[in-house]
Amino acid sequence: MITRRDFIKYSLHGIAAISAAGAALEIINPSKLFASKDSKKIRWGFLVDTQKCVGCGLCVKACKNENEIPYNANVSRTWVERYVLLKDGRVVADSPKAARDGFITNRVEMGHGKYEDVKKEEIEKAYFVPKLCNQCENPPCVQVCPVGATYQTEDGVVLVDRRWCIGCGYCIMACPYGVRFFHPVYHTAEKCNFCYHRITKGLKSACVDACPFGARLIGNINDPNDQVGKIIRTERVSVLKDEFGTKPQVYYLGLSKEVR
Amino acid sequence: MKSHIWRPLYVVIGMVVLILIVRQFVVPKEFGVHERGYMYGWHNKADERFWKEFKVKYRTSEFCRDCHSDKYSSIKQTPHAIIQCENCHGPAMDHPENPAKLAIDKSREQCLRCHAYLPYQQSGRSKIKGIDPDKHNEGVECAGCHNPHNPKGEHKHHKHKHSQAEAK
Repeated sequence: MITRRDFIKYSLHGIAAISAAGAALEIINPSKLFASKDSKKIRWGFLVDTQKCVGCGLCVKACKNENEIPYNANVSRTWVERYVLLKDGRVVADSPKAARDGFITNRVEMGHGKYEDVKKEEIEKAYFVPKLCNQCENPPCVQVCPVGATYQTEDGVVLVDRRWCIGCGYCIMACPYGVRFFHPVYHTAEKCNFCYHRITKGLKSACVDACPFGARLIGNINDPNDQVGKIIRTERVSVLKDEFGTKPQVYYLGLSKEVR
Repeated sequence: MKSHIWRPLYVVIGMVVLILIVRQFVVPKEFGVHERGYMYGWHNKADERFWKEFKVKYRTSEFCRDCHSDKYSSIKQTPHAIIQCENCHGPAMDHPENPAKLAIDKSREQCLRCHAYLPYQQSGRSKIKGIDPDKHNEGVECAGCHNPHNPKGEHKHHKHKHSQAEAK
């Protein structure tokens, strides 16, 4: 016959023994250990230096050619925005044809076929901001895909499976940065993928190569010695729409508060 | 249990089995949860290969240098050294096999991308020597007078006077 005291004692010992064994397995989780050791893992990131951008649009031209986006269709994987702050407090911004042909006039496109001729004397501040897919760490576009046609690769790039996409457009609505669109030929969701075919071959993204001013850089942000990884660690960078919690991986130097 | 419960249950079980069989054929073999977990990594692994094998079109100036080393080294001496060959000459692709000849963009608009003056002090644009496209030899191809491979050199011919006053 077991006494009450012994019953409680043995039970406590038993629970302690089982939980100790369980905890050891949790601490020495082989797959997690290997993952933490493997710090050489690539995580692609992008750096845009808005101070260097002159709005030539050669990046957009190269991107459209490289990624077979119909040249005359008004869609693009990347684009350049122009922000003009006027002395009367207004902010006008445009990106005509995604800046495929650059910005060659003072006229700012106001939408609905209207233009505003901005005179030099009226300008307080004016600058260009290149935009592209942020390859978010928490991509909302991937979460909403009902069929698993868009996904994130191990190295952080979000891709679209053209054969699997049903064209529902959820991802286009979910992206807070508006980088997704329908491909005019395939009728599937389309987006910037940092030129995945180039970066996996050791080349740089087409837009990075095309930029004469070094406003665009791509690199491995896990590597502190990488050009991009180093700047993100040591300089003052910001991201777009941080409050959405998407953890965007396109970093900006010299971003201004007017940029949305 | 009574048969009026079993009979519709057989139908439901049959449908589930049928769907599972069809799924075996329709869903690609490599479809599943991959590195980024269920929420972000649910996809067909074969598609990653599709994107990796996508054709590279822009081969960079280093590719051009292999044959056109004279052009490459001469432009590197000029302020246009920062511009990739393919920005004007077009993507090299498999040149010289395909295409045998590249279509050169000599248009005025190509030059204006940088050299149309815009008074944007907060961007690098206002620091580039620029013109007013409506006043500086309107409609004329820039390359007729300015050599894009040697922009600081002599003008090709002096049909018109290029005044520094125009370039604000």
